Amino acid sequence: MAVRDADTVRVGITEYAQDQLGDVVFVDLPEVGRQVDAGEAFGEVESTKSVSELFAPLDGEIVAVNGAVADSPELINSDPYGEGWLVEVRVSDAAAIDGLLDADAYQRVIEG
Amino acid sequence: MKTPLHDVHAELGASFTDFAGWQMPVRYTSELAEHRAVREAAGLFDLSHMGEIELTGPGAAAALDHAFVGRLSAVTPGRARYTMLCAPDGGVLDDLVVYRLAEERYLVVANAGNAAVVSRELTARAEGFEAEVTDRSAETALIAVQGPNAAAILGPLTDADLTGLKYYASMPATVSGHELLLARTGYTGEDGFELFLPAAEAPALWRKLAAAGREHGLLPAGLACRDTLRLEAGMPLYGNELGPELTPFHANLGRVVKLDKPGDFVGKVALERAGDPDRVLVGLKGSGRRAPRHGYRVLHGDDAVGEVTSGALSPTLGYPIAMAYVPPALREPGTALSVDIRGRVEPVEVVALPFYQR
Repeated sequence: MAVRDADTVRVGITEYAQDQLGDVVFVDLPEVGRQVDAGEAFGEVESTKSVSELFAPLDGEIVAVNGAVADSPELINSDPYGEGWLVEVRVSDAAAIDGLLDADAYQRVIEG
Repeated sequence: MKTPLHDVHAELGASFTDFAGWQMPVRYTSELAEHRAVREAAGLFDLSHMGEIELTGPGAAAALDHAFVGRLSAVTPGRARYTMLCAPDGGVLDDLVVYRLAEERYLVVANAGNAAVVSRELTARAEGFEAEVTDRSAETALIAVQGPNAAAILGPLTDADLTGLKYYASMPATVSGHELLLARTGYTGEDGFELFLPAAEAPALWRKLAAAGREHGLLPAGLACRDTLRLEAGMPLYGNELGPELTPFHANLGRVVKLDKPGDFVGKVALERAGDPDRVLVGLKGSGRRAPRHGYRVLHGDDAVGEVTSGALSPTLGYPIAMAYVPPALREPGTALSVDIRGRVEPVEVVALPFYQR
Protein backbone atom coordinates (compact mmCIF):
# COMPACT_ATOMS: atom_id res chain seq x y z
CA MET A 1 0.00 0.00 0.00
CA ALA A 2 1.27 3.44 -0.89
CA VAL A 3 -0.01 6.82 0.21
CA ARG A 4 -1.06 8.91 -2.82
CA ASP A 5 -1.91 12.09 -0.98
CA ALA A 6 -3.23 13.12 2.41
CA ASP A 7 -6.37 10.96 2.27
CA THR A 8 -5.95 8.55 -0.66
CA VAL A 9 -3.99 5.30 -0.63
CA ARG A 10 -3.13 2.92 -3.44
CA VAL A 11 -3.59 -0.73 -2.48
CA GLY A 12 -1.83 -3.77 -3.87
CA ILE A 13 -0.34 -7.00 -2.64
CA THR A 14 3.19 -7.29 -1.40
CA GLU A 15 6.18 -8.82 -3.11
CA TYR A 16 6.11 -11.56 -0.49
CA ALA A 17 2.40 -12.25 -1.10
CA GLN A 18 2.77 -12.46 -4.89
CA ASP A 19 5.66 -14.87 -4.43
CA GLN A 20 3.56 -17.06 -2.13
CA LEU A 21 0.59 -17.04 -4.52
CA GLY A 22 2.43 -18.05 -7.65
CA ASP A 23 1.28 -16.90 -11.06
CA VAL A 24 -1.85 -14.77 -10.74
CA VAL A 25 -4.31 -15.69 -13.49
CA PHE A 26 -7.44 -13.81 -12.46
CA VAL A 27 -8.30 -10.81 -10.33
CA ASP A 28 -11.77 -9.73 -9.26
CA LEU A 29 -11.95 -6.07 -8.23
CA PRO A 30 -14.83 -3.91 -6.92
CA GLU A 31 -16.63 -1.07 -8.69
CA VAL A 32 -15.50 2.50 -8.18
CA GLY A 33 -17.69 4.12 -5.54
CA ARG A 34 -18.00 1.13 -3.25
CA GLN A 35 -17.55 1.74 0.45
CA VAL A 36 -15.26 -0.65 2.25
CA ASP A 37 -14.52 -1.23 5.91
CA ALA A 38 -11.07 -2.09 7.20
CA GLY A 39 -10.69 -5.86 7.14
CA GLU A 40 -13.54 -6.36 4.65
CA ALA A 41 -12.95 -8.56 1.61
CA PHE A 42 -13.27 -6.34 -1.46
CA GLY A 43 -12.00 -8.72 -4.15
CA GLU A 44 -10.07 -11.86 -4.99
CA VAL A 45 -6.87 -12.90 -6.66
CA GLU A 46 -6.60 -16.37 -8.14
CA SER A 47 -3.43 -18.18 -9.01
CA THR A 48 -3.41 -21.55 -10.72
CA LYS A 49 -3.27 -23.21 -7.31
CA SER A 50 -5.17 -20.96 -4.95
CA VAL A 51 -7.71 -18.24 -4.32
CA SER A 52 -7.03 -15.38 -1.93
CA GLU A 53 -9.36 -12.66 -0.77
CA LEU A 54 -8.22 -9.07 -0.81
CA PHE A 55 -8.88 -7.22 2.43
CA ALA A 56 -9.31 -3.48 2.74
CA PRO A 57 -6.57 -2.04 4.94
CA LEU A 58 -8.70 0.95 6.00
CA ASP A 59 -12.26 2.28 5.97
CA GLY A 60 -13.03 4.32 2.88
CA GLU A 61 -14.35 4.56 -0.65
CA ILE A 62 -12.92 2.88 -3.74
CA VAL A 63 -12.04 5.83 -6.00
CA ALA A 64 -9.99 4.05 -8.69
CA VAL A 65 -9.56 0.50 -9.98
CA ASN A 66 -6.61 -0.69 -12.05
CA GLY A 67 -8.18 -1.96 -15.27
CA ALA A 68 -4.78 -3.11 -16.57
CA VAL A 69 -4.53 -5.99 -14.09
CA ALA A 70 -7.91 -7.38 -15.19
CA ASP A 71 -6.47 -7.94 -18.69
CA SER A 72 -2.94 -8.70 -17.53
CA PRO A 73 -3.07 -10.25 -14.05
CA GLU A 74 0.60 -11.21 -14.41
CA LEU A 75 1.40 -7.54 -13.62
CA ILE A 76 0.63 -8.43 -10.00
CA ASN A 77 3.58 -10.83 -10.07
CA SER A 78 5.97 -8.79 -12.14
CA ASP A 79 5.41 -5.38 -10.55
CA PRO A 80 3.31 -5.61 -7.39
CA TYR A 81 4.37 -2.14 -6.15
CA GLY A 82 3.98 -0.47 -9.56
CA GLU A 83 1.89 -1.50 -12.56
CA GLY A 84 0.31 -4.30 -10.54
CA TRP A 85 -1.56 -2.02 -8.13
CA LEU A 86 -5.22 -2.94 -7.50
CA VAL A 87 -7.38 -0.10 -6.17
CA GLU A 88 -7.20 3.37 -4.68
CA VAL A 89 -9.13 4.09 -1.51
CA ARG A 90 -10.06 7.52 -0.20
CA VAL A 91 -9.86 6.86 3.50
CA SER A 92 -12.51 8.02 5.91
CA ASP A 93 -10.01 8.89 8.61
CA ALA A 94 -6.61 9.97 7.32
CA ALA A 95 -5.11 9.55 10.77
CA ALA A 96 -5.66 5.77 10.49
CA ILE A 97 -2.96 5.61 7.80
CA ASP A 98 -0.35 6.13 10.51
CA GLY A 99 -1.53 2.96 12.24
CA LEU A 100 -0.43 0.69 9.38
CA LEU A 101 2.82 -1.26 9.21
CA ASP A 102 5.69 0.33 7.38
CA ALA A 103 7.92 -1.79 5.15
CA ASP A 104 10.45 -2.58 7.86
CA ALA A 105 7.77 -3.65 10.32
CA TYR A 106 6.11 -5.81 7.63
CA GLN A 107 9.42 -7.48 6.87
CA ARG A 108 9.75 -8.40 10.55
CA VAL A 109 6.24 -9.89 10.49
CA ILE A 110 6.83 -12.14 7.47
CA GLU A 111 10.17 -13.26 8.81
CA GLY A 112 8.29 -14.27 11.96
CA MET B 1 11.18 -35.54 4.55
CA LYS B 2 13.57 -34.31 1.88
CA THR B 3 14.41 -35.90 -1.44
CA PRO B 4 18.06 -36.38 -2.46
CA LEU B 5 17.58 -33.37 -4.77
CA HIS B 6 16.42 -30.95 -2.07
CA ASP B 7 19.65 -28.94 -2.05
CA VAL B 8 19.61 -28.69 -5.84
CA HIS B 9 16.08 -27.26 -5.74
CA ALA B 10 17.06 -24.79 -3.03
CA GLU B 11 20.02 -23.63 -5.15
CA LEU B 12 17.60 -23.07 -8.03
CA GLY B 13 15.46 -20.86 -5.79
CA ALA B 14 12.47 -23.21 -5.67
CA SER B 15 9.43 -22.50 -3.51
CA PHE B 16 8.69 -25.57 -1.45
CA THR B 17 5.43 -27.09 -0.34
CA ASP B 18 4.58 -30.00 1.88
CA PHE B 19 3.31 -32.94 -0.14
CA ALA B 20 2.52 -36.15 1.74
CA GLY B 21 5.15 -35.25 4.31
CA TRP B 22 7.79 -34.37 1.70
CA GLN B 23 9.31 -30.95 1.14
CA MET B 24 8.76 -30.70 -2.62
CA PRO B 25 9.43 -27.90 -5.11
CA VAL B 26 6.06 -26.37 -6.03
CA ARG B 27 7.63 -24.00 -8.58
CA TYR B 28 11.05 -22.63 -9.45
CA THR B 29 10.08 -19.34 -11.06
CA SER B 30 6.66 -19.41 -12.72
CA GLU B 31 4.36 -22.44 -12.83
CA LEU B 32 2.83 -21.12 -16.07
CA ALA B 33 6.26 -20.93 -17.73
CA GLU B 34 7.06 -24.42 -16.44
CA HIS B 35 3.73 -25.75 -17.73
CA ARG B 36 4.37 -24.18 -21.14
CA ALA B 37 7.90 -25.59 -21.24
CA VAL B 38 6.58 -29.14 -20.77
CA ARG B 39 3.93 -28.67 -23.50
CA GLU B 40 6.27 -27.00 -25.99
CA ALA B 41 9.81 -28.08 -25.06
CA ALA B 42 10.60 -30.06 -21.90
CA GLY B 43 10.47 -30.03 -18.11
CA LEU B 44 12.66 -31.69 -15.50
CA PHE B 45 10.85 -33.11 -12.47
CA ASP B 46 11.99 -34.56 -9.15
CA LEU B 47 9.60 -37.39 -8.28
CA SER B 48 11.81 -39.01 -5.68
CA HIS B 49 9.00 -38.80 -3.13
CA MET B 50 7.18 -41.61 -4.93
CA GLY B 51 7.39 -45.17 -3.61
CA GLU B 52 9.34 -47.92 -5.38
CA ILE B 53 8.58 -51.46 -4.27
CA GLU B 54 10.22 -54.45 -5.89
CA LEU B 55 8.74 -57.93 -6.19
CA THR B 56 10.98 -60.81 -7.15
CA GLY B 57 10.67 -64.56 -7.37
CA PRO B 58 8.93 -67.31 -9.29
CA GLY B 59 5.61 -66.35 -7.66
CA ALA B 60 5.91 -62.58 -8.23
CA ALA B 61 3.50 -62.52 -11.19
CA ALA B 62 0.87 -64.55 -9.36
CA ALA B 63 1.28 -62.44 -6.22
CA LEU B 64 0.64 -59.24 -8.19
CA ASP B 65 -2.39 -60.77 -9.93
CA HIS B 66 -3.75 -61.45 -6.45
CA ALA B 67 -2.78 -58.08 -5.00
CA PHE B 68 -3.94 -55.78 -7.82
CA VAL B 69 -7.08 -55.54 -9.96
CA GLY B 70 -5.10 -55.92 -13.21
CA ARG B 71 -3.51 -58.93 -14.83
CA LEU B 72 0.17 -58.19 -14.29
CA SER B 73 1.20 -61.76 -15.22
CA ALA B 74 0.18 -60.92 -18.80
CA VAL B 75 2.57 -57.96 -19.02
CA THR B 76 5.57 -58.70 -21.23
CA PRO B 77 8.98 -58.23 -19.57
CA GLY B 78 10.12 -54.71 -20.48
CA ARG B 79 6.58 -53.32 -20.53
CA ALA B 80 4.58 -51.46 -17.89
CA ARG B 81 0.93 -51.21 -16.93
CA TYR B 82 -1.32 -48.77 -15.08
CA THR B 83 -3.27 -50.58 -12.36
CA MET B 84 -4.93 -50.17 -8.97
CA LEU B 85 -4.68 -51.54 -5.48
CA CYS B 86 -8.16 -52.01 -4.05
CA ALA B 87 -9.46 -52.80 -0.59
CA PRO B 88 -11.63 -55.90 -0.04
CA ASP B 89 -14.68 -53.59 -0.40
CA GLY B 90 -13.50 -52.46 -3.84
CA GLY B 91 -12.38 -48.99 -2.74
CA VAL B 92 -9.20 -47.67 -4.36
CA LEU B 93 -6.15 -47.64 -2.06
CA ASP B 94 -3.78 -46.41 -4.76
CA ASP B 95 -3.41 -46.09 -8.51
CA LEU B 96 0.03 -47.01 -9.73
CA VAL B 97 2.29 -48.12 -12.53
CA VAL B 98 3.82 -51.59 -12.46
CA TYR B 99 6.92 -52.25 -14.56
CA ARG B 100 7.78 -55.83 -15.42
CA LEU B 101 11.56 -55.77 -15.48
CA ALA B 102 12.10 -59.50 -16.06
CA GLU B 103 10.16 -62.75 -15.94
CA GLU B 104 10.45 -62.86 -12.14
CA ARG B 105 11.01 -59.19 -11.31
CA TYR B 106 8.56 -56.30 -11.06
CA LEU B 107 8.82 -52.68 -9.90
CA VAL B 108 5.70 -51.13 -8.38
CA VAL B 109 5.67 -47.32 -8.34
CA ALA B 110 3.22 -45.90 -5.80
CA ASN B 111 1.98 -42.40 -5.03
CA ALA B 112 4.01 -40.77 -2.25
CA GLY B 113 1.03 -40.47 0.06
CA ASN B 114 0.17 -44.14 -0.35
CA ALA B 115 3.66 -45.65 -0.52
CA ALA B 116 3.53 -47.04 3.01
CA VAL B 117 0.08 -48.56 2.49
CA VAL B 118 1.13 -50.13 -0.81
CA SER B 119 4.30 -51.55 0.70
CA ARG B 120 2.39 -52.98 3.64
CA GLU B 121 -0.44 -54.39 1.55
CA LEU B 122 1.90 -55.95 -0.99
CA THR B 123 3.87 -57.62 1.76
CA ALA B 124 0.69 -59.00 3.30
CA ARG B 125 -0.91 -60.01 0.01
CA ALA B 126 2.26 -61.72 -1.29
CA GLU B 127 2.23 -64.08 1.66
CA GLY B 128 1.92 -67.68 0.50
CA PHE B 129 3.40 -66.84 -2.90
CA GLU B 130 7.02 -67.49 -3.83
CA ALA B 131 7.77 -63.79 -3.96
CA GLU B 132 9.90 -61.38 -2.02
CA VAL B 133 8.73 -57.80 -1.46
CA THR B 134 11.42 -55.15 -0.98
CA ASP B 135 10.66 -51.49 -0.39
CA ARG B 136 13.35 -49.57 -2.32
CA SER B 137 11.78 -46.14 -1.86
CA ALA B 138 14.46 -44.71 0.43
CA GLU B 139 17.40 -45.70 -1.77
CA THR B 140 15.77 -44.78 -5.09
CA ALA B 141 15.52 -41.38 -6.78
CA LEU B 142 13.15 -40.67 -9.65
CA ILE B 143 13.78 -37.93 -12.19
CA ALA B 144 11.38 -37.29 -15.09
CA VAL B 145 12.12 -35.54 -18.36
CA GLN B 146 8.79 -34.72 -19.97
CA GLY B 147 7.86 -32.89 -23.14
CA PRO B 148 8.20 -33.04 -26.91
CA ASN B 149 11.97 -32.41 -26.71
CA ALA B 150 12.60 -35.12 -24.09
CA ALA B 151 13.95 -37.66 -26.59
CA ALA B 152 16.20 -35.07 -28.23
CA ILE B 153 17.67 -34.19 -24.82
CA LEU B 154 18.24 -37.77 -23.68
CA GLY B 155 19.36 -39.18 -27.01
CA PRO B 156 22.92 -37.84 -27.00
CA LEU B 157 23.39 -38.80 -23.33
CA THR B 158 22.71 -42.51 -23.76
CA ASP B 159 23.47 -45.42 -26.03
CA ALA B 160 19.96 -46.75 -25.41
CA ASP B 161 17.72 -47.05 -28.46
CA LEU B 162 15.09 -44.45 -27.58
CA THR B 163 13.07 -44.94 -30.77
CA GLY B 164 12.79 -48.63 -29.86
CA LEU B 165 11.56 -47.77 -26.36
CA LYS B 166 7.79 -47.63 -26.66
CA TYR B 167 5.31 -45.73 -24.49
CA TYR B 168 4.80 -47.73 -21.26
CA ALA B 169 8.05 -49.65 -21.71
CA SER B 170 11.30 -49.63 -19.73
CA MET B 171 14.89 -50.82 -20.11
CA PRO B 172 18.14 -50.74 -18.17
CA ALA B 173 20.27 -47.96 -19.64
CA THR B 174 23.32 -45.82 -19.02
CA VAL B 175 22.60 -42.09 -19.10
CA SER B 176 25.55 -39.72 -18.72
CA GLY B 177 27.49 -42.52 -17.05
CA HIS B 178 24.72 -43.43 -14.60
CA GLU B 179 23.32 -46.94 -14.72
CA LEU B 180 19.59 -46.67 -14.25
CA LEU B 181 16.16 -47.86 -15.26
CA LEU B 182 14.84 -45.80 -18.16
CA ALA B 183 11.07 -45.84 -18.64
CA ARG B 184 8.91 -44.11 -21.21
CA THR B 185 6.14 -43.14 -18.84
CA GLY B 186 4.82 -39.94 -17.32
CA TYR B 187 1.95 -37.96 -15.88
CA THR B 188 1.88 -34.89 -18.11
CA GLY B 189 0.15 -35.93 -21.32
CA GLU B 190 3.39 -35.51 -23.25
CA ASP B 191 6.07 -37.84 -24.49
CA GLY B 192 8.69 -38.30 -21.81
CA PHE B 193 10.90 -40.49 -19.70
CA GLU B 194 11.21 -41.46 -16.05
CA LEU B 195 14.66 -42.35 -14.73
CA PHE B 196 15.04 -44.51 -11.62
CA LEU B 197 18.50 -44.43 -10.08
CA PRO B 198 20.36 -44.68 -6.76
CA ALA B 199 19.50 -41.70 -4.57
CA ALA B 200 23.13 -40.61 -4.11
CA GLU B 201 23.59 -40.18 -7.88
CA ALA B 202 20.49 -38.03 -8.41
CA PRO B 203 22.08 -34.56 -7.98
CA ALA B 204 24.82 -35.30 -10.53
CA LEU B 205 22.37 -36.67 -13.10
CA TRP B 206 19.94 -33.77 -12.55
CA ARG B 207 22.72 -31.26 -13.28
CA LYS B 208 23.78 -33.11 -16.43
CA LEU B 209 20.19 -33.28 -17.69
CA ALA B 210 19.60 -29.61 -16.91
CA ALA B 211 22.76 -28.61 -18.76
CA ALA B 212 22.01 -30.83 -21.76
CA GLY B 213 18.42 -29.61 -21.91
CA ARG B 214 19.17 -25.89 -21.84
CA GLU B 215 19.44 -25.55 -25.63
CA HIS B 216 16.19 -27.52 -25.96
CA GLY B 217 14.18 -25.19 -23.73
CA LEU B 218 14.11 -27.55 -20.73
CA LEU B 219 13.10 -25.95 -17.43
CA PRO B 220 13.06 -27.46 -13.95
CA ALA B 221 9.37 -27.99 -13.24
CA GLY B 222 7.55 -28.17 -9.92
CA LEU B 223 4.44 -29.83 -8.55
CA ALA B 224 2.17 -26.88 -9.40
CA CYS B 225 2.59 -27.40 -13.13
CA ARG B 226 2.58 -31.17 -12.74
CA ASP B 227 -0.96 -30.82 -11.39
CA THR B 228 -2.24 -28.59 -14.21
CA LEU B 229 -0.51 -30.78 -16.81
CA ARG B 230 -2.13 -33.98 -15.55
CA LEU B 231 -5.50 -32.24 -15.20
CA GLU B 232 -5.43 -31.10 -18.84
CA ALA B 233 -4.50 -34.67 -19.79
CA GLY B 234 -7.55 -35.95 -17.86
CA MET B 235 -5.42 -38.08 -15.52
CA PRO B 236 -6.81 -38.77 -12.05
CA LEU B 237 -4.97 -37.68 -8.92
CA TYR B 238 -5.30 -39.94 -5.91
CA GLY B 239 -7.05 -38.01 -3.14
CA ASN B 240 -8.99 -35.93 -5.66
CA GLU B 241 -10.49 -38.23 -8.30
CA LEU B 242 -9.68 -41.48 -6.50
CA GLY B 243 -10.05 -42.61 -2.91
CA PRO B 244 -11.07 -45.47 -0.66
CA GLU B 245 -14.77 -44.57 -0.97
CA LEU B 246 -14.62 -44.86 -4.77
CA THR B 247 -14.18 -47.89 -7.01
CA PRO B 248 -12.34 -47.82 -10.35
CA PHE B 249 -15.78 -47.86 -12.01
CA HIS B 250 -16.65 -44.45 -10.55
CA ALA B 251 -13.59 -42.99 -12.25
CA ASN B 252 -14.40 -44.61 -15.63
CA LEU B 253 -11.41 -46.89 -15.11
CA GLY B 254 -13.30 -50.17 -15.13
CA ARG B 255 -11.02 -51.28 -17.97
CA VAL B 256 -8.18 -51.83 -15.47
CA VAL B 257 -10.31 -54.28 -13.46
CA LYS B 258 -9.80 -57.79 -14.88
CA LEU B 259 -12.69 -59.71 -13.33
CA ASP B 260 -12.10 -62.62 -15.72
CA LYS B 261 -8.43 -63.19 -14.87
CA PRO B 262 -7.67 -66.61 -13.38
CA GLY B 263 -7.72 -66.89 -9.61
CA ASP B 264 -8.98 -64.64 -6.86
CA PHE B 265 -7.83 -61.09 -6.17
CA VAL B 266 -8.41 -58.68 -3.34
CA GLY B 267 -11.62 -56.76 -3.97
CA LYS B 268 -12.94 -59.11 -6.65
CA VAL B 269 -16.20 -60.07 -4.95
CA ALA B 270 -17.07 -56.47 -4.16
CA LEU B 271 -16.17 -55.24 -7.64
CA GLU B 272 -18.21 -58.02 -9.27
CA ARG B 273 -21.23 -56.93 -7.27
CA ALA B 274 -20.61 -53.21 -7.62
CA GLY B 275 -23.15 -52.70 -10.41
CA ASP B 276 -23.54 -49.34 -12.07
CA PRO B 277 -21.91 -46.54 -10.08
CA ASP B 278 -24.17 -43.92 -8.50
CA ARG B 279 -21.86 -41.13 -9.68
CA VAL B 280 -19.25 -40.89 -12.39
CA LEU B 281 -16.29 -38.72 -13.20
CA VAL B 282 -16.81 -36.16 -15.96
CA GLY B 283 -14.90 -33.28 -17.49
CA LEU B 284 -16.31 -29.76 -17.19
CA LYS B 285 -15.50 -26.77 -19.35
CA GLY B 286 -16.22 -23.26 -18.11
CA SER B 287 -16.10 -19.84 -19.66
CA GLY B 288 -14.45 -16.69 -18.41
CA ARG B 289 -11.48 -17.08 -16.10
CA ARG B 290 -12.86 -18.20 -12.72
CA ALA B 291 -12.00 -21.84 -12.17
CA PRO B 292 -14.12 -24.44 -10.40
CA ARG B 293 -11.92 -25.93 -7.68
CA HIS B 294 -11.70 -29.01 -5.49
CA GLY B 295 -14.76 -29.35 -3.26
CA TYR B 296 -17.03 -26.85 -5.04
CA ARG B 297 -20.65 -27.88 -5.58
CA VAL B 298 -21.90 -28.86 -9.03
CA LEU B 299 -25.48 -27.79 -9.75
CA HIS B 300 -28.09 -28.99 -12.23
CA GLY B 301 -30.66 -26.25 -12.31
CA ASP B 302 -31.07 -25.40 -8.63
CA ASP B 303 -30.15 -28.87 -7.38
CA ALA B 304 -26.74 -29.72 -5.99
CA VAL B 305 -25.82 -32.90 -7.86
CA GLY B 306 -22.10 -33.37 -7.39
CA GLU B 307 -18.71 -32.07 -6.43
CA VAL B 308 -15.64 -30.81 -8.25
CA THR B 309 -12.56 -32.94 -7.62
CA SER B 310 -9.94 -30.82 -9.44
CA GLY B 311 -10.06 -27.62 -11.43
CA ALA B 312 -7.94 -24.83 -12.81
CA LEU B 313 -7.79 -22.18 -15.45
CA SER B 314 -6.16 -24.32 -18.13
CA PRO B 315 -2.80 -22.76 -19.01
CA THR B 316 -2.80 -24.43 -22.43
CA LEU B 317 -6.45 -23.94 -23.39
CA GLY B 318 -7.10 -20.59 -21.73
CA TYR B 319 -10.47 -21.51 -20.22
CA PRO B 320 -11.47 -23.10 -16.89
CA ILE B 321 -11.46 -26.89 -16.79
CA ALA B 322 -12.44 -29.26 -14.02
CA MET B 323 -13.22 -32.84 -13.20
CA ALA B 324 -16.26 -33.64 -11.07
CA TYR B 325 -18.44 -36.47 -9.87
CA VAL B 326 -22.05 -36.28 -11.08
CA PRO B 327 -24.95 -38.75 -11.44
CA PRO B 328 -24.60 -40.96 -14.54
CA ALA B 329 -27.68 -39.36 -16.12
CA LEU B 330 -25.71 -36.10 -16.41
CA ARG B 331 -22.53 -37.55 -17.89
CA GLU B 332 -23.21 -36.91 -21.59
CA PRO B 333 -20.96 -34.32 -23.26
CA GLY B 334 -22.94 -31.17 -23.93
CA THR B 335 -24.94 -31.41 -20.68
CA ALA B 336 -25.37 -27.94 -19.18
CA LEU B 337 -24.45 -27.76 -15.49
CA SER B 338 -23.15 -25.03 -13.23
CA VAL B 339 -20.68 -24.72 -10.38
CA ASP B 340 -21.05 -22.65 -7.24
CA ILE B 341 -17.79 -20.70 -7.31
CA ARG B 342 -17.66 -19.09 -3.88
CA GLY B 343 -21.27 -17.95 -3.99
CA ARG B 344 -21.47 -17.12 -7.67
CA VAL B 345 -23.09 -19.70 -9.94
CA GLU B 346 -21.08 -20.10 -13.14
CA PRO B 347 -22.26 -22.18 -16.12
CA VAL B 348 -20.18 -25.17 -17.23
CA GLU B 349 -20.61 -27.82 -19.89
CA VAL B 350 -19.82 -31.52 -19.65
CA VAL B 351 -17.04 -32.37 -22.11
CA ALA B 352 -15.22 -35.57 -23.01
CA LEU B 353 -11.89 -36.28 -21.31
CA PRO B 354 -9.06 -35.59 -21.83
CA PHE B 355 -9.21 -31.82 -22.25
CA TYR B 356 -5.85 -31.87 -24.00
CA GLN B 357 -4.21 -34.49 -26.17
CA ARG B 358 -0.81 -34.17 -27.76
